Amino acid sequence: MATLRISNKGVAVNERPLGEEISLSDWRAGVKPEAGRFELSIPNTEDVEALSEIIRRFDAIILEFPDFRDGRAYSQARVLRERLGYRGEIRARGNVLCDQAAFMVRAGFDALEIGGGDVDGFRRAISAYSFHYQSAADGVTPVHSLRAAKRVAA
Amino acid sequence: MYRYDEFDETIVRERVAEFRGQVERRLSGDLSEDEFKPLRLMNGLYLQLHAYMLRVAIPYGTLSSRQLRRLGHIARKYDKGYGHFTTRQNIQFNWPALIDVPDILSDLADVEMHAIQTSGNCIRNVTSDPYAGAAAGEVDDPRVWSEVIRQWSSLHPEFSFLPRKFKIAVTASDRDRAAVKVHDIGLRIHRNDAGDRGFEVLVGGGLGRTPYIGRTIRAFLPEIHLISYLEAIMRVYNRLGRRDNKYKARIKILVADDVEAFRRAVEEEWEKSDRPRLDFPLEEIMRVRRHFAPPRFEKLTEESASLDRARRDNADFDRWVATNVASHRQPGYAIANISLKPIGKPPGDITADQLEAVANIAERYSFDEARATHEQNLCLPHVRKDDLHEVWRALERAGLAAANIGLVSDIIACPGLDYCDLANTRSIPIAERIAERFADPERAADIGELKIKISGCINACGHHHVGHIGILGVDKKGDEFYQILLGGSGAEDAALGEITGRGFSSTEVVDAVERLVGFYKSNRQGGERFLDAYRRLGPDPFKEVLYGDVAHQQ
Repeated sequence: MATLRISNKGVAVNERPLGEEISLSDWRAGVKPEAGRFELSIPNTEDVEALSEIIRRFDAIILEFPDFRDGRAYSQARVLRERLGYRGEIRARGNVLCDQAAFMVRAGFDALEIGGGDVDGFRRAISAYSFHYQSAADGVTPVHSLRAAKRVAA
Repeated sequence: MYRYDEFDETIVRERVAEFRGQVERRLSGDLSEDEFKPLRLMNGLYLQLHAYMLRVAIPYGTLSSRQLRRLGHIARKYDKGYGHFTTRQNIQFNWPALIDVPDILSDLADVEMHAIQTSGNCIRNVTSDPYAGAAAGEVDDPRVWSEVIRQWSSLHPEFSFLPRKFKIAVTASDRDRAAVKVHDIGLRIHRNDAGDRGFEVLVGGGLGRTPYIGRTIRAFLPEIHLISYLEAIMRVYNRLGRRDNKYKARIKILVADDVEAFRRAVEEEWEKSDRPRLDFPLEEIMRVRRHFAPPRFEKLTEESASLDRARRDNADFDRWVATNVASHRQPGYAIANISLKPIGKPPGDITADQLEAVANIAERYSFDEARATHEQNLCLPHVRKDDLHEVWRALERAGLAAANIGLVSDIIACPGLDYCDLANTRSIPIAERIAERFADPERAADIGELKIKISGCINACGHHHVGHIGILGVDKKGDEFYQILLGGSGAEDAALGEITGRGFSSTEVVDAVERLVGFYKSNRQGGERFLDAYRRLGPDPFKEVLYGDVAHQQ
């Protein structure tokens, strides 16, 4: 199962998780990480804001796309990054298609489980757009700020 | 008008390139129709009953002559020589071949147009008042905010896979020409008691199977916070909107469930949000605003002697002015509406030649600008009264001088079973036959404002719920029947029509409408419209007119 890891150095492919995976329901049932690195998988129906204390203990958060049409995890990822300041990996799992990859990266995902997906297709899709209108979780400067900078330079 | 800069241009061009690649993968078989479907939908490409249909965005309905000519070119080169204006100020082409669609999008990009987000479960093309910048009584120019919303909502990373489609409309006038109360979000720009400008935010209006009038969740939002507040609404909807049932997935269901809880959730989300980062800065709003500076109007007197003379000399022109021309804020100017409802033709259709004719007229007489209205017509926003007669003659030569704006034959109808694979019944032939029945212009003018809206199925694309007379096609054991609703309105006095009773056959329904109109004419008081008379008299006498005789026979 290929995982794409996206950083400012580019897109890397590997198959390793960052640590041992624990589901949110396991956590709630009393399974607690002790030593080592751990990942937390969270259903897309959860309000991640209520998990702000828990997520800090994990090296990666896994968010779910049960169907590519179900876009709830985009909101979860943005809240994790922009409101809770989560710095670990946020990984997309499920129906992860290249045509949604650019949105995922903008929403704060930096890892995508793409299964047997076409790596080059993902690479192309992630960099399909040079500019973006909105502020989101990827730190990209939105178009209105680029315009302002251009005016200052002129 | 707004003009693209290098950033807007690059985004639209990159979109075309991306879709060209996707179409190639579909044509080579790398993508199945199932995999391709969500991608084509994000570019406005539907698979209809007989062929693909491409819906082109006309942001807030504004069109330059150059854009109109390009639409004419597309109609001629890639379609059967015509296009169809929709109820959301967009234009549809009903016969493009898949292999041509990337070229069509590229042709559109040349004139700063696209088909982004004209379908799919995302924030759709924003709509507004077609009289923006022209009508008196505006608090602000709604196009400024519509353009800001267009940019913010384009390829939004968080809100492109919502539970269902999402429509936003903006008005800045007390006269609602954008139907803001029947949109997922309706924005009304106004001033508060302190004189500051802001938005009344309505949420959860909509038609379809379960119609609702939008609810105000915030009476006054300072204008600079528009985007952060929209983000808060969208996030609450993305999280909590139903995804288990397509027919309960629109935001109206979530709002109707508990409007107070919804309002609280939005306010809480907004309070927590990083507003300075999300809101578009004032300097960007001002940059956009400069694009909508008023054109260089001439200093004219309000009265035009040449117009008065031409009206006296020509009864047809006089009638057209009386029905199709609206008053302008600038002395000596007028707003000229172009009806796309000529008697006996499908509502909203326009030929390539006509698109070019409108382009020429707009270029010469209306500061290079035309607008699409949500009632499937066009208007020329800034015409000198002295020029109205020449404009009318040019429109007449193009077959575009129907004098019926707001009248009984100015009907909104969905494409119906003639084109749409959701429809149960035909809509266009019913609209054509009603228009033919009331073809006498004297009679239509005497009836006055009467909005008839026809949908070919309960999805309500013809807005039958908000017609003064609404007509809903239903399939009964393979036969087409038409139910009649009365008392609806999509304007500032928004109301949902009530179903009167059993449906009529396609041959009976025109007679039924005529009986209603006859009853109104013999019972109206003063300058009362059909809708006013209905509201005063209540539904019972109108039902009696519809069904009384039948009850006797049975």
